[in-house]
Amino acid sequence: MVEGLLISLYVFVLAVFVGVEVISKVPQMLHTPLMSGSNAISGIIIVGALVVAGKGGSTTGTVLAVVAVAFATINVVGGFMVTDRMLQMFRKRED
Amino acid sequence: MNAEVGGMLPVLIPLAYLVAASLFILGLKNLSSPRTARKGNFMGAGGMLLAIATTLLHWEIVSFTWIIVGLVIGGVIGFVMARNVKMTDMPQMVALLNGFGGGASALVAGDEYLRFAMGGMDPTVVAQITIMLSVILGGLTFTGSLIAFGKLQGIVTEKAVTYPGSKVVSSLILMGAVGIGAYLVVLAEGNLQLYLTLNALALVLGVLFVIPIGGADMPVVIALLNSYSGLAGSMAGFVLNNNLLIISGALVGASGLILTKIMCDAMNRSLANVLFSAFGSHVAAVDAVDTYAGKTVTDISAEDAGILLTYASKVVFVPGYGMAVSQAQHQVRELAELLEGKGVEVKYAVHPVAGRMPGHMNVLLAEANVPYPQLVEMDEINPDLERTDVAVVIGANDVVNPAARHDTTSPIYGMPILDVDKAKTVIVMKRSMNPGFAGIQNELFFNDNTRMLFGDARKSLTDLIHAVKNGA
Repeated sequence: MVEGLLISLYVFVLAVFVGVEVISKVPQMLHTPLMSGSNAISGIIIVGALVVAGKGGSTTGTVLAVVAVAFATINVVGGFMVTDRMLQMFRKRED
Repeated sequence: MNAEVGGMLPVLIPLAYLVAASLFILGLKNLSSPRTARKGNFMGAGGMLLAIATTLLHWEIVSFTWIIVGLVIGGVIGFVMARNVKMTDMPQMVALLNGFGGGASALVAGDEYLRFAMGGMDPTVVAQITIMLSVILGGLTFTGSLIAFGKLQGIVTEKAVTYPGSKVVSSLILMGAVGIGAYLVVLAEGNLQLYLTLNALALVLGVLFVIPIGGADMPVVIALLNSYSGLAGSMAGFVLNNNLLIISGALVGASGLILTKIMCDAMNRSLANVLFSAFGSHVAAVDAVDTYAGKTVTDISAEDAGILLTYASKVVFVPGYGMAVSQAQHQVRELAELLEGKGVEVKYAVHPVAGRMPGHMNVLLAEANVPYPQLVEMDEINPDLERTDVAVVIGANDVVNPAARHDTTSPIYGMPILDVDKAKTVIVMKRSMNPGFAGIQNELFFNDNTRMLFGDARKSLTDLIHAVKNGA
């Protein structure tokens, strides 16, 4: 168990470093799309929500899980779509 | 599904997750330039699709009915929101998305706890600790984001709301939540009542956390909640032993933290000061006067301002929240194009905290078809401002107050500002002489080279456009 935790901790810390490195290079101009886009990525909790929603079990549990799936889906669909809407507006010059 | 494929799933799913995580990282990397950003967003979406599709093959999933219900409801809401939101309302949208992300993490953790409390499983100590952390972070992010949304939307007051002893109450609730969480882990058996209490405390904490923060500090709050929603996801990853969740949550957590730091630096305030000082709760402490330090303001007519702009060779526009409020971005662009047609060099100077979220002004100007090479960051444009003929300030206030450079007694002293006062002439568009968020007078308005153009920004810009068209 401790070994599993340690590996997870390694993954977490290294991912933070990657995140800091990659995101520091995003220009101020794109900070709003960065926020909505990273929001969409945090919708990855949908993966967990799907498994708990599909496992079956108590009614309460299922209700919680369905709400979780819906919330996460809003995040994913809304996040990626609105980010694309913004990004397609950034143009060099109208021709 | 045949047995052979079924047997490979425990390897295939994590491998697909690895690909998804890589796509997220590459997607974020492509956000480093407006040229590749859209492609980056598609890569992220592709990674997400892959992750979702693979997850549906998961051996533990026995029923798809409820999954489909959740997906359809969420998908429709997300689609409608993303399609219809106005660019000026983007801070509210992001606040809501943060909230849903945090809420989802708390719910997933809650579902695991429910199984545990009902004797359906026996989680490790680590899983239990991270369940508590997901619930606290996720719950707090959920209600905190809703309050931030309410403030931005004008449903909840934009002012910093405080009451005597508010900090003590918040700290006690936080300690209570952590205490209950720790006790539940030590207890090592399910206790639903205490667990629900923990949830309630987390939800209350979110409200108390955001309520004392003023409207103009919302960029920091949204960035921080963004980070929390990521971290809550990471914690849920520890609970479910899922590396994809851990990695994605860490990426988002890092992104939110970086943005939070950038925002704080741009205001020369510590995060603690933004969160706890109730900055701006004394707005209107200064009266709307038109004399200051023995100087009076000079106003200008749209006609005269139009002539000034027409004969300039270099003009810099400085957009602020006032431009967003009066939806004037299209008029700004129209005026800029008119001037460019007359051979004037035009740029836009964007302060990092202008607007209600990081990058807010850039999105609005991009929406109005301003070419992005004209959007210049503060450090880059400041040396240029000395050589600028006319700087036009549109609904910005504290971020152009020269007191930040020299007045050690000013609450905004040390904050990096746009040095518009160094331009030959400054035209300030403003509704009235009311002070800005910091509640202080802006000496820029009283400078000899400043001309005030009073009125709604959109109306003033429309008048300016007429003046420039008719003038020369």
